[in-house]
Amino acid sequence: MKKAPSNTKAEVTIPLNEVVISLYESEDKIYPRSVSGFFTQWRWVMIWLTQLFFYGVPWLEWGHRQALLFDLEAKRFYIFKLVLYPQDLIYLTAILIISALSLFLFTAIAGRLWCGYACPQTVYTEIFLWIEKKIEGDRAARMKLDAAGMSSKKLSRKAAKHFVWIAFALWTGFTFVGYFTPIRELAHAVVNVSLGPWETFWVCFYGFATYGNAGFMREQVCKYMCPYARFQSAMFDDDTLIVTYDEARGEPRGGRSRKAEVNTKALGSCIDCSLCVQVCPTGIDIRDGLQYECIGCGACADVCDTVMDKMGYERGLVKYSTQNALTNNWSHQQMFKRILRPRVLIYSAVLLLLITGLLASLWFRTPFRVDIMRDNAVMGRLSDDGMLENVYRMQIMNGTEETQHYRINVTGLKGLEIDAKDTKETQGDKNKVISKESESAENAKQANENDHTFMVKPTESRWVIVALKVPDGAAESGSHKIQFVIEAIESKETVTEKSVFLVPR
Amino acid sequence: MSDFTSGFWPVFITVIALGGILFCVIMLLIASRIKVVTSGVDNTSDHVWDGDLREMNNPLPRWWVGMFILTVIFALFYLAAYPGLGSFAGKLGWTATKQYEQEVAAANKALEPMYAKFAVMKTEDLAKNPEARAIGERIFMNNCAQCHGSDAKGSRGFPNLTDKDWLHGGSPAKIEETITGGRIGMMPPMAAAVGTPEDVKNVANYVLSLSGSIYDSGRAGLGKEKFAACAACHGPEGKGNTDIGSANLTDNIWLHGAGEAAIIKRINEGKVNQMPAWKDKFTPAQIHVLAAYVWGFSNNK
Repeated sequence: MKKAPSNTKAEVTIPLNEVVISLYESEDKIYPRSVSGFFTQWRWVMIWLTQLFFYGVPWLEWGHRQALLFDLEAKRFYIFKLVLYPQDLIYLTAILIISALSLFLFTAIAGRLWCGYACPQTVYTEIFLWIEKKIEGDRAARMKLDAAGMSSKKLSRKAAKHFVWIAFALWTGFTFVGYFTPIRELAHAVVNVSLGPWETFWVCFYGFATYGNAGFMREQVCKYMCPYARFQSAMFDDDTLIVTYDEARGEPRGGRSRKAEVNTKALGSCIDCSLCVQVCPTGIDIRDGLQYECIGCGACADVCDTVMDKMGYERGLVKYSTQNALTNNWSHQQMFKRILRPRVLIYSAVLLLLITGLLASLWFRTPFRVDIMRDNAVMGRLSDDGMLENVYRMQIMNGTEETQHYRINVTGLKGLEIDAKDTKETQGDKNKVISKESESAENAKQANENDHTFMVKPTESRWVIVALKVPDGAAESGSHKIQFVIEAIESKETVTEKSVFLVPR
Repeated sequence: MSDFTSGFWPVFITVIALGGILFCVIMLLIASRIKVVTSGVDNTSDHVWDGDLREMNNPLPRWWVGMFILTVIFALFYLAAYPGLGSFAGKLGWTATKQYEQEVAAANKALEPMYAKFAVMKTEDLAKNPEARAIGERIFMNNCAQCHGSDAKGSRGFPNLTDKDWLHGGSPAKIEETITGGRIGMMPPMAAAVGTPEDVKNVANYVLSLSGSIYDSGRAGLGKEKFAACAACHGPEGKGNTDIGSANLTDNIWLHGAGEAAIIKRINEGKVNQMPAWKDKFTPAQIHVLAAYVWGFSNNK
C-alpha cells in the first residue's frame, strides 16, 4: 500500500536492472501545514475535551480524597464513590472488552475516528504542532528556518520551542503520575523539591515519552509502531466511512487559472495545488487512494473544501465517504442508511448489553466481602460446656469508606449457637492507651457480644474467629451444610456464605 | 545451572544466546546494502505472486535500525552482568536467592526499631499493645493456629491456650521458652508398673475422682494405692508438675480425651506429644511478641 514515488523522488527509469538498494531509509521530515475547517474544528473540540479531562480530573476531590485515584501501592482504585479492590479485576476486563467493542463499532461506522480525533499520539502531536506554529511559524516558515544556517534568531526560536515543549511534556508526566499518587501531595513535593526517586523517574519518563513522541516521532509511531493501524483492513468494509478522493470528479488534475470554467480544458475538479499533501500529518497523498498511513483526520478534506470554495466549485472533492457510496454515486441519505448494516447493529447490541451488565453489576455490588474457612486443624471438638464445637476463620472486607459493623448469623442446623467475641482491642486509634474511654468502649463491646457484631475499619479487612456449637448428640455425625448470613448494620446489606459443620463420630 | 546435570546444556544456551545476537547483527549489516532486481519505476522488486501480487521495497526507518543496534549493545552488557550464558554467573554475581535474602534483611532492618521497642516492653504491657497484638495475631494465625486452632482453644492432643492450665507453666518466661525450644510431652506406658488390667481400671477411676468427674467410688478406693506409680510424675495429689510437663489431673482438662476409656488407654500406652521449636524461624524479638499475644489469651481479662 506504499504510495507510488511522489514527485519528490527522482524518477529515473531503470528498466529491470540489478541495483544496490538500502533497506533502511532516513525519514523525510514532514512539515504539516496548518488547516482550518469543519473537521479541524471537531478535532480541536476533541482535543479540548480529552485534555480538560486528563489535566483536570486528578484535581477533583471526593470527600477527603482524590476523586479518581489508582492507588497501586495500597491496591485500591478510587473512582468517585466507588472503591475497587484487586478482587474487582473483573471490572477491568469488562472495561477492556467494552473499549475493544467500541473501537470495532466506531471503526466499522466511520473508520479511524479514534486515530484522527482521540488518540493521545495525534492529540499531543496536534498540540505540539500548534506550539511549533506559534513560535516558528507555519509550514513554509518552518521549512525555511530548518534550511537556514545557524543564527541567533534560529537558536532563540528553537530554544523557545523546546523549552515550551519540555515544560508541557513535564506537566503531562506530572499529571499522569497524579493518577497514581495523590496529585496535591505530588505538587507539594515538586514545589519543595522533595519528590521521591520513583516519582521523579516516572514524571520524567512520561514527560520524555510525550516530548519524544509528539515532538519528534509523530507519524512514525502511527506508521511503524501502532498495531491498530495494521489491522484496520480487518475492520473496514465497503460501507465504512473513509477519507476519500473522488477520482471520477477530480481527474485529470491540472493547474488552471482561477477564472477557468470546469471542464473547459478537459480537466477534472482537482487543480493539483498539492495542499492536501501539505496538510497531511502523515505525509501521504490522499489522491493515491486509501493508505494504511491515513489516520482519518480529515485535514485534507478541510483544505480541499477551502480550495473548492475559492475556485467556486462544489465542495467534497476530498471527503468522508464510503467505497460503496463512491462507486454507486449514492446520496448522503443512501450512504447513511447503509451505515445501519447488520454488523453495526450486532456490535451495538452486544455493546449495549455489556455496558448495561457492567453498570448493573456495579450497582448491585455489595460493598463488603466475606471469606469463610473452616479450621481444619480443629475439626469438631467438645468444648468445656459439653457442646460440640467447630471453629471458623472469617475474613470480612469492608469496601466502604466508613467504619462498618457486621452482624453474624448462622442457619442450617438446629440448635446452632455462635460463640464469637470481638477480641480485637484495636477499635480506636492504633496506639491508643487504655483509658476511661476505651473502658467504656469495652463495655459497649461486651453489650454487643451476644450480638456477634464486628467492627471493620474503612476499606480494611480483618480476620474474625467464630466458633459454632451444637449440643453434643444433637446432630448426626457427618458434614452438615450451613450458611453464614452476614449483615452490614450501617449499609443494611447482607451476604450469605456457604460452609459446613462437621460432627465427628 | 545446577538443575542441569549434563555439561551440554550450559554450552547450548550460550551458543543460542550469543548466536542469536550475532545473527541479528549480520542481518542488520546484510540488509543495509542489498542487490535486488527492480523495475526502478514504481518501487517494486519485480517479484510477482498469484498473478498480480507484487512485492515492494518499503525501507525500514533508519532510527529503527539504531534501536536494533542499541538492543544488541544492551544484550551484550546484560549478558556480561547477569547470569544468562549457561554456567557463567555474570559479573554482578546476582542470584535470586541473594536478592531474596537482601530483601528479607532490608525488611527486617526496617522492622528493627519497632521490635527493639517491643523487646524492652514487659509481656504484660505488650499483651495490651494493639500494634504488638496485631503482629502477634498474624504470627499466630500463620504458624500456631494449624495445631492450636484459630481461636487458640486447641483440640484433642493440642493444648488449649486460653485456659489457665499450662503443662509447662504459663508465666511469660515459660511461654517464651516453650515457643523457642519446643516441648516434648512424654508419659511412659505404665500398665506394667500399675499391675493387672483390673488395677489399671481402678487407678483410672481414682484419677477421675481427683477432678470430680463421674467415677466408681469402689474402684477409686482400690486404685488410690496403686496411684503411687503415677505420683512420681503427677505428684501425690495428682496436681502435676510444670517443671517436667506432667499434667495436672485434678482439673477437668483432658488433653488426650476425658473419661475412663481414654485414661485407661493413656496408662496402657503412654503418650509422646511434641511441639516443634520455633527458634530457627523467628527472632527472639518476634518470639517475645508472640509469647505476649499467647499469654494474653488467658491473662487479658
